[in-house]
Amino acid sequence: MTEPLGASGLILNEKLLWEKGRKGRSGFSMPESDVPSSPLPMELVGDGPDFPDLSEVDVVRHYTRLSTWNFGVDTGLYPLGSCTMKYNPKTNERQAGLSGFSGSHPMLPESLCQGALKLMADLERFLAEITGMDAVSLQPAAGAHGELAGMLVIHAWFKKKGNSRSKIIIPDTAHGTNPASAALCGYIPVQVHTGAEGILAPETIAAVMDEETAGIMVTNPNTLGLFENHLKTISEIVHAKGGLVYADGANMNAVMGIADMGRIGVDVLHLNLHKTFSTPHGGGGPGAGPVCVKKYLKPFLPVPRIIQKDSGQYALSEDFPESIGKLLAFHGHFGVLVRAYSYILSMGAEGLKKASQLAVLNANYLKEQLKDTFHLAYDRPCMHECVFSDRYQQEYNVTTLDIAKRLMDYGYHPPTIYFPLVVHGALMMEPTETESKEDLDQYIDTLKKIAVEAKETPDVLRSAPTRCKVRRLDETAAARKPCLAG
Amino acid sequence: MRFLPHTPEQIQLMLMVVGADSLESLFSSIPEECRRLQDMNLPDALSEWALNRYMDALSASLAVSPDYKIFIGAGRYDHYIPATVSALKSRSEFLTAYTPYQPEISQGTLQAIYEYQTLAARLMGVDVVTASHYDGATALSESLLMAIRKTRRKRVAISSLIHPFYRRVLQTYLEPAGFEILDLPFLENGLTDLSLLEGTTDIAAVALQSPNFFGCIEELKTASKKAHEMGALFVAGFTEALAYGLLKSPGSQGADIVFGEGQSLGIPISFGGPGLGMLGCTSEHTRNLPGRLVGKAKDLDGKNGFVLTLATREQHIRREKATSNICSNNSHCALTAAMYMASLGKSGFCNLAKLNHDKAAYLCRQFSDAGFRIPFSSPFFNEFVVEFPKGFETRYQSLLEKKIVAGLPLSTFYSKLANHYLFCVTETVSRKDMDALIQEVKS
Amino acid sequence: MKDINELKFPENVYYTKDHEWARLEGDIVISGISDYAQDQLGDVVYVELPPVGDRFDNGEVFGTVESVKAVSELFMPIAGEIVAINTALSDMPDVVNADPYREGWMIHIKPSDPAFMETLMTREAYLDMLKG
Repeated sequence: MTEPLGASGLILNEKLLWEKGRKGRSGFSMPESDVPSSPLPMELVGDGPDFPDLSEVDVVRHYTRLSTWNFGVDTGLYPLGSCTMKYNPKTNERQAGLSGFSGSHPMLPESLCQGALKLMADLERFLAEITGMDAVSLQPAAGAHGELAGMLVIHAWFKKKGNSRSKIIIPDTAHGTNPASAALCGYIPVQVHTGAEGILAPETIAAVMDEETAGIMVTNPNTLGLFENHLKTISEIVHAKGGLVYADGANMNAVMGIADMGRIGVDVLHLNLHKTFSTPHGGGGPGAGPVCVKKYLKPFLPVPRIIQKDSGQYALSEDFPESIGKLLAFHGHFGVLVRAYSYILSMGAEGLKKASQLAVLNANYLKEQLKDTFHLAYDRPCMHECVFSDRYQQEYNVTTLDIAKRLMDYGYHPPTIYFPLVVHGALMMEPTETESKEDLDQYIDTLKKIAVEAKETPDVLRSAPTRCKVRRLDETAAARKPCLAG
Repeated sequence: MRFLPHTPEQIQLMLMVVGADSLESLFSSIPEECRRLQDMNLPDALSEWALNRYMDALSASLAVSPDYKIFIGAGRYDHYIPATVSALKSRSEFLTAYTPYQPEISQGTLQAIYEYQTLAARLMGVDVVTASHYDGATALSESLLMAIRKTRRKRVAISSLIHPFYRRVLQTYLEPAGFEILDLPFLENGLTDLSLLEGTTDIAAVALQSPNFFGCIEELKTASKKAHEMGALFVAGFTEALAYGLLKSPGSQGADIVFGEGQSLGIPISFGGPGLGMLGCTSEHTRNLPGRLVGKAKDLDGKNGFVLTLATREQHIRREKATSNICSNNSHCALTAAMYMASLGKSGFCNLAKLNHDKAAYLCRQFSDAGFRIPFSSPFFNEFVVEFPKGFETRYQSLLEKKIVAGLPLSTFYSKLANHYLFCVTETVSRKDMDALIQEVKS
Repeated sequence: MKDINELKFPENVYYTKDHEWARLEGDIVISGISDYAQDQLGDVVYVELPPVGDRFDNGEVFGTVESVKAVSELFMPIAGEIVAINTALSDMPDVVNADPYREGWMIHIKPSDPAFMETLMTREAYLDMLKG
């Protein structure tokens, strides 16, 4: 094996912000006052928040040191399954930072924000084209928010038909946000089991779909990294009982330019721009979760809608009386939308299709190279990710958690672990298309070495990681006596 | 394509390993009925340089200060952002990381968010603040869902002076589940009228915004007492976080739950998003909070560190019974806000708040001296309402051509307030700009 | 997780299919979760219990018990009114792990029908169920 990536780096300790402050310092260039002082009534005035006073250098060192304790996509391979941690192009950051985009106020008259509206109208059109759906709203702030938007659209559709339904079908492989979003609309989730092939069987859906059920929420490709091959038939079953099909598009990165969600019978779908469309995840957000629908559901999309007048001018219209309303104070996470737009323009149709092809190639390559080392949950061609488990390592009392933690010592972010719930001890790996063969080979070698260690020196895994800023943390004590502020 | 590292030879080698003939054949298991019939119809790929030219032009078409003099706040505020904040938040170790589920490799994000939670709690006057929500409007919605769960009551009372867009988001969140909203009207002095609350016993929460949508500072303590007498929770919030460099915090005035928008804390306006949803509460409600929380922990060697904690409230564990469906939040905006609060410190933050108020008070006085009516008499922070004579609309339009946006017309939101305009002044507006505005409006 | 043979199942309590135990003392039923349940759950970090005075049917959810990464609902072994809760668990939830049948008790119930106790599982029946 070549020299491992992971090495003990230069890790500096750093105190908490308020342990550093000294009264009399400042890290801000205070503008001079050119107006007289105008005191407020004393009973309204408070003492001011107890923030530490720091110099500019204090602040810069503090956050620079903190940043070195983090691992990002720019640091290295980040095979976090179902999260699509692909490279986030720098050009996207440049575009979003342009003063027009970053400084534009959302409540200005439309004539003053045509560029922003055009960008959004274009992006809506691009996303409709990529998914095969008819209309798009960019307002939802994240994937789960897009799910909520989609479920509200479905709820509004049934309400209009005077037909209220109480249940929604959700497979056991679903992300937890699916049932949680459905519950916000008052739907009771009906869990169905994934078949032996790792995908849904039409009979399973036919057995539970009835006229009390609003439809199905299904992730396609699913969280096992498999394409739901029977989705078209399932859609027909759901539609025949008057239901609608919601597709969670979190894994759209596998099928751009290949699958047509509209043709499959999907009625509503959300995308995660921070996954498929390369916008950075920012340590947990902000993302964006556009919701895409078929023509007949367009009247229910969130308002305001962007419309183009006969003059060619763009406008914001509230004139959609059946709309579910507003989901966010303004027009969605515009800064994130700019990045996704920039990505699509950089890639073009061919580039996006190639990205999906290479994402799937990388995942299948990992699967083939590792399937003798780790137990493969479903041994069939996968899409963008593949799911292993710790079954082969159990005899050494080594768990998925130990394998994940050991990967950190070798310079990798661990895969998604213990999800989906249907695979016991799951290790869910999504390499994405932006990893080269050389990098994948090194990752594969590392995992093979860890499998040998599991057998020969299992304690090394159980005590990993040892090269990070901290070792394993006591999450139990942290939850028993939570300390959430200093 | 520069983001795709595979050489043609490597693709062939890898295809051989996986046993496929071509890239297309990797998808052979997908049934024909699920496939696209045509290629995607998208613009041709642009080079980095062509993209720059195109985006520069699109961006330049937007009206922004300082080219335009924009006197609008109403939920998005133009404040100076120190270069340090822009530089530090762009560090890719922060920007390109995922949610810190693996704490040993994410201590940077975790400590920074713990520090954000702490500074935000001090700002809002509460014990606990979540790691972030999408924006002020969704934070408001989540606070009221919290109150509904806690009190098991199904009706909430909302000030009509909470940002009109926030109230509409709230409606979207509450209506499908069958919860009701009681709107509290406003008084002549520009504050919320609480008299509708008399005699009600079925209200889960009373919610106010301060400074409210008219910029006026609400009497939170009075409202809090009233809410608690009815067995309801008191929810208070803000769209302009900087106000609390000057005002008594909502928590110190008796709020059980505090919501807010943190865009003012170093986050670009960016056509309204992403912003920062702030949500906090007193410690007795901690386990009812939606969204992520970072807590202190010790590692195996007894060293201090941080982890995501109390996760059993969340959707990935409790699924349909979770306190919210939120997963991705606005963590990077919370990080930015922490950097901003740290850069200003207590003295800087308080001085800047005072400067905002002084400037707004100056402009308000100039309007008043010029003979325009200031309809609401209550004290304000950096926003206030002016009533113009009939026909000001034409003047407003002609000022747009002179690159002046003379406030936000309120008639769209409050039909009785024809010719009323909401003005905002921050530290970025000079006295010269304000004097010029007055001259233009007068003439 | 331990082998079933390593876990304790006292003779003097009854068990439910949801892994609660219950013991009649005078006219009060004391209840908590079994050694098997605490072992499955792992380190208990929080126990949510209802206010004294609440009434529940048999099999109804009366609270939850949480570990770091799991939540389990707690089900009434017998219908009745909650007359006491173990407030010590809020500071020391770990006693549910260490001593589930004594210090780790959760609620005292005033049963509507004490005779219903006889329908619960004995140690043998519960062990048979666990061993499947």
